[in-house]
Amino acid sequence: MSTKMNDVAIEPERYEFRAGSLREFALPRRDFFKFLGAGVAVFAVTKNVFAMQETAPGPRMRFPELPKEINAWLHIGEEGEVTVFTGKVEVGQNVRTSLAQSVADELRVPFSSVQIVMGDTKLTPFDMGTFGSRTTPTMAPQLRRVSAAARDLLVEIAAKEWNVPAQRLRAAGAKVTDPASGKSASYAELARGKALAHAILSEDPITPASEWTIAGKPIPKVDARAFVTGKHQYTPDLRPGSLYFAKILRPPSFGATLISYDDSKTKAMANVVAVRDGDFVGVAAASLGEAERALAALHAEWKEVPQISDRELFAYLKKNVSDKVEDRDIRRLGSIEQGLGGAAHQLQSTFTIAYIAHAPLEPRAAVAEWKNGEMTVWTGTQRPFAVRVEVANALHISEDDVRVIVPDTGSAYGGKHTGDAAVEAARLAKAAGHPVKLIWTREEEFTWAYFRPAGVIEIKSGINAEGKLTAWEFHNYHSGSSGIETPYDVANRLTQYHSVPLILRCGSYRGLAATANHFARETHMDELAQAARLDPLEFRMKNLSDSRLRAVLESVAKTFGWPAKKTEDGQGFGIAGGHEKGSYVATAAEIFVDLATGNVHVVRLVTAFECGAIVNSNGLRNQVIGANIQGLGGALFEAIQFANGRITNPHFASYRVPRFRDVPQIEAVLLDRKDIASAGAGETPIMAVAPAVGNAIFDATGNRLRSLPLVPNGLKQA
Amino acid sequence: MAKPIELKVNGKTFSVKTYSQAPLLFVLRDDLGLTGAKYGCGEGQCGACTVLIDGQPRRSCQYPVSAAVGKAITTIEGLEKNGELHPVQQAFLDEEAFQCAYCTSGMIMSSVALLRQKPNPAEAEIVQFLQGNICRCGTHPRIVAAVRRAVSVSRERRS
Repeated sequence: MSTKMNDVAIEPERYEFRAGSLREFALPRRDFFKFLGAGVAVFAVTKNVFAMQETAPGPRMRFPELPKEINAWLHIGEEGEVTVFTGKVEVGQNVRTSLAQSVADELRVPFSSVQIVMGDTKLTPFDMGTFGSRTTPTMAPQLRRVSAAARDLLVEIAAKEWNVPAQRLRAAGAKVTDPASGKSASYAELARGKALAHAILSEDPITPASEWTIAGKPIPKVDARAFVTGKHQYTPDLRPGSLYFAKILRPPSFGATLISYDDSKTKAMANVVAVRDGDFVGVAAASLGEAERALAALHAEWKEVPQISDRELFAYLKKNVSDKVEDRDIRRLGSIEQGLGGAAHQLQSTFTIAYIAHAPLEPRAAVAEWKNGEMTVWTGTQRPFAVRVEVANALHISEDDVRVIVPDTGSAYGGKHTGDAAVEAARLAKAAGHPVKLIWTREEEFTWAYFRPAGVIEIKSGINAEGKLTAWEFHNYHSGSSGIETPYDVANRLTQYHSVPLILRCGSYRGLAATANHFARETHMDELAQAARLDPLEFRMKNLSDSRLRAVLESVAKTFGWPAKKTEDGQGFGIAGGHEKGSYVATAAEIFVDLATGNVHVVRLVTAFECGAIVNSNGLRNQVIGANIQGLGGALFEAIQFANGRITNPHFASYRVPRFRDVPQIEAVLLDRKDIASAGAGETPIMAVAPAVGNAIFDATGNRLRSLPLVPNGLKQA
Repeated sequence: MAKPIELKVNGKTFSVKTYSQAPLLFVLRDDLGLTGAKYGCGEGQCGACTVLIDGQPRRSCQYPVSAAVGKAITTIEGLEKNGELHPVQQAFLDEEAFQCAYCTSGMIMSSVALLRQKPNPAEAEIVQFLQGNICRCGTHPRIVAAVRRAVSVSRERRS
């Protein structure tokens, strides 16, 4: 395979990139081979403009334009070891494994010879962050391109050494061979003594999925043994010498301001540092116990501001819609009036969505070290480069003097886009003259992290006598616009997202608004099916021409056994589907309602999922089933409660997350489409759970639930 | 005030200078460098900090270090013997019963405790026993499968 490489291999000291700047490329070039040893290196310079993941309402993420950036690089050392560098991070979604598979596949080397350096702002190229299900569709092809270019470079080296045309050589099994002469040389031999660097443009072709040999296999997670032995070091496990432990003084409520402060008792303590900087107050001490006592010895008074509570939330959201309407927030097709005029049935319904928390089991944490005018911060974040900016801005130092390193992290689910703990630890480390570790308590995590936004959704629709949609009007207030557009065929539609100023701090979440929008849409579709006296699946199919969505619905129906016959009172079945971020999902649910107690028990879930060509079905199955279980929490009982600027359920005892007894029998049906480019899979499989379960509850009881969570206190009080 | 406390962890004796009410979790992690037990909530609600004390599963975040004196403490680091994983660790590895794996130490320690009490638990008993351990990634079915695998491997070894 040919690639569009720079014309010749050139020495690293003198090369220029054909495109792209080195602005974000922190490792000085001359140190590059010094750092890695001799060998062959390839850089990818992208021209792609990524489709941004929808951000939560509120301040939108602004990034400098991405084109003309190096976004991946790879090095083959003198022993044939392959090291790949990417700014993506591993948070349990298993991309350290799946990306290595793509590299091994394209480079034609054993999987075990590939190491990936991830999420280190000093070593890895700039990356916007690990979110929006972008790693598989964008980073995997980039790594394939650098791998293909490296492979071609090795072939060129061999061709030159053997004085034969490159076209007749073959690369396979970490070797270049010449079938004509029988000569062969390992990649290690070819890389030895070299210091060659190439830059490539990102359009170079890559191996199609039908020809994959290592990608596409259910390879076990790399470094798995370190997780079952407790040896893997997450951020909270790091223990640099002379470490101090931090505690932060939190205001009593959101938006409170510090009006008086006395740290005399704390300052009298030995080995304690206290910092006040604006409304930030933190302490660091030689042990966690001393830090806790130092914090308790601080005296502070705060001025609080009145705030709304969860009881008034949904009315408030409707009343406080922002006046500014952006064009991209409204999409129109045809005429709603005409569509409703021609309808045999009209239907209108309103849905509400509660705030929920990510509650990653590893809370926000950071270890910060200030040394020789440079700040190094280890932290579990999805956006190391954005955290670098946050830390630099907070400390008024140059970004060049900040290094952010992300150890493989104890989950995120969209909840770790910001660098709150990193900034706090860094501020204290700069003052302490010691490395500082900060681990947020669970209560801090539930209170001071951000939430998946709450929202109100209104739908107005019409169907004709044949059960075909004639009108579809959809309004989402505050919760967000991902997955907002209906996938069903309807000539007259109006879809609008209404932004509302933030009440609680909000941000990304696995699937974000797609879960809310699918819940409302797929519940409403169920209501329409009932109005049309059609089976819910049949009604959807009647209004659906998208073949990929039809395929997952058909697949789930087949495995689940839809339509299913009830065998006892309290049993119910529901189905829902949709697509988002290039992948397709359908979920069917069986539930049982104990009619005496009102308890709802989810008995069985079947989810069919299609995300193009599957890179690793083992990791994918884990993600799909995991998303289903996590989705059950938001569907059934998760809700953040708040009043007077305080979270009133900031503990696992009062904020219920799915536990073993909540887990139904779950089956994931994975559709492998080798003819379609791989999409990400972390988010979409969560979307159809809530509507499928809600529709099943209706099927069992005739009780139509239009609020998430559906049954926080069981059905009776719903 | 801080005074020396003697602890028996994974068969070795350690002396640490700490406060008698300090949670065992932080003594293990910060004083002894045994970071396999995790802080997840500090409230005994998530099970990430589970260790064995005289064979019983205990939430080390809620366990004052003074109460552990004279008892045998086992952490995840103490399960592997001569480079060989404990059957429960091996089963978690074989089933790949983790995603982010932050809960894994606690899940394994709880499962080891269960199999000590009940070498042949029914699936419902596994579910019940692990109810206090939270996995946010939703890996529960594989975790149950891993415990079942450990049960059958141990049974084969015995026969």
